[in-house]
Amino acid sequence: MTEASPIIAIDALHVTYNHAIVALAGASLKVWPGEIVAVLGANGAGKSTTLRAVSNLLPPQRGRVTSGKILFEGRDITHLPAYRIVRRGLVQVLEGRHCFRSLTIEENLWTGAAAVGTGSRDARHDLDRVYDIFPALRDKRRLPAGLASGGEQQMTAIGRALMSRPRMLVLDEPSMGLAPRIVEEVFRALQRLNAGTGLSILVAEQNSNVALRYAGRAYVLEHGEVVLEGAAETLRQRDDIKTFYLGLADRRHPTGAVAEAV
Amino acid sequence: MSDVAISLSTGRRLAPPLGLGTTLVLAYGIVPLFGTEYLFDAILTPFLALSLAALGLNILAGYAGQISLGSSSFMAIGAYAAYNLMLRVPALPMLLDLVLAGAITAAGGFYLAVSTLAAQFFVPWVLNKFGWFSNNDPSGVISTPAPSIGPVVFDTSRGRYLFCLVVVTAALLLAWRLVGSRTGRNFIAIRDHETAARIVGIPVLRTKLIAFAASSFIIGIAGVLWAFAYLRTVEPNGFDLDRSFQILFIVILGGLASLRGAFLGAALMVTFPLLLARAGQAALGTVFDSGMLEMSQRILIGLLIIVFLIYEPAGLAALLDRLRFRSARA
Repeated sequence: MTEASPIIAIDALHVTYNHAIVALAGASLKVWPGEIVAVLGANGAGKSTTLRAVSNLLPPQRGRVTSGKILFEGRDITHLPAYRIVRRGLVQVLEGRHCFRSLTIEENLWTGAAAVGTGSRDARHDLDRVYDIFPALRDKRRLPAGLASGGEQQMTAIGRALMSRPRMLVLDEPSMGLAPRIVEEVFRALQRLNAGTGLSILVAEQNSNVALRYAGRAYVLEHGEVVLEGAAETLRQRDDIKTFYLGLADRRHPTGAVAEAV
Repeated sequence: MSDVAISLSTGRRLAPPLGLGTTLVLAYGIVPLFGTEYLFDAILTPFLALSLAALGLNILAGYAGQISLGSSSFMAIGAYAAYNLMLRVPALPMLLDLVLAGAITAAGGFYLAVSTLAAQFFVPWVLNKFGWFSNNDPSGVISTPAPSIGPVVFDTSRGRYLFCLVVVTAALLLAWRLVGSRTGRNFIAIRDHETAARIVGIPVLRTKLIAFAASSFIIGIAGVLWAFAYLRTVEPNGFDLDRSFQILFIVILGGLASLRGAFLGAALMVTFPLLLARAGQAALGTVFDSGMLEMSQRILIGLLIIVFLIYEPAGLAALLDRLRFRSARA
């Protein structure tokens, strides 16, 4: 590690929903500047919760960080309002994309610039850059996002995030519901961004095959805890990752099923 | 052509409204020449005041996606604020009173944002309870001075109409600038997906409050017009829950998130009872009395809303766009 400190450090994070359901039980993970890190795990393992906690999006879902903290570039952002976290340079692309359906693709992209207050000249330059990364969007820029295809919406959501000039991009299930070819296209674009600008990326994926090919390191979550971490290369060779990924790991925890019990 | 199809399918206009110039020429140049007192007093003045109120509510409900059942209490705040400003600070010009009344309503909107329905009951109660607001008038019903701009006093029905027209045009311009701005786009973003708005860095709470304030500002001014130009009295009963619903219905029927929609909806709501009364009397004669009129009016408006919500959720504005698109193709 040449860099002295991680760009983001999640430290022993506990999250409960409705004061009762434990979603994260002390998960810790780190991303170093310029890394692509994948978070893998079955449904309900806590991937989305981890990512939502990073952007402080839990309160609207009655979720709460009960202990632990999240440091972004060394500063505690655990309880910072979501829009301030974006201004600090940490931007998320939500699961299911969530474009503003009645705004056009270009207007969607503008919202990302507006929110951090980029000047209109710089924003226009950023817009061109997004269109260079996703040329498909340029042709459809006048189309309301609600009428765009799933792939175009995903690209719009990523482009919108890039308009906020992030130093760290967090993506929740970018492959969900997309054709394999589009998934590859999206991940290749992310890889180019990472290589070209040093953008740090944290990506939660069910599609471990794709994620492990593009990520440098990965964490595997289960029942709200990190059960495995390492270089993507190594994890790809191991068979037990598939066991975790497929959610068959309960055999190793006969008394397990924590999520159901509480 | 694809642009038209797109704007039809989403209910959003991509082109500036056609016919606005024609409408303005008609409203400023032609109508004042030929209009009758009845047309001004019974149709056009209430139409303009209600249009403005609906315009205000549309910013909140249509663009920012926040519901409000307290529009008419905000109109009351505006009307009483203007009355008291005139009474207690007579040196202020009327137009400034108008803007200040709007600002006071905006401040009210800020605090009553989450409780618009409560405001609807609370505000008239306060205005009734404390005599100060109505200058201790024993009846609680205050007749208002005629509106004026500088030395020009608008004390005829044509004058009151023109006064409303000027104010509404100015407010429309303001609203148009607002919904096209960055803030307007943020309103739509929050309406379309609040979490996504949060995640792109839009300060959601602040933006919602801006929507409430802007909306209340316009509704407050509409209240002044309603009281000073149409009713020519100020009384809490003029601003009841029914009026709030009427404004909400105007927005729904006219078209959510459409500035024209407010005017189309208001035109429908104002002329509909008059047409219904004529039609009812023609068909049934004297059997069709005022009670029956009110009944049938409620039933038909209710039906209309159901039909619109099912077949044309984007309202009259979208219906008009579609008709124009068809006729352009034919």
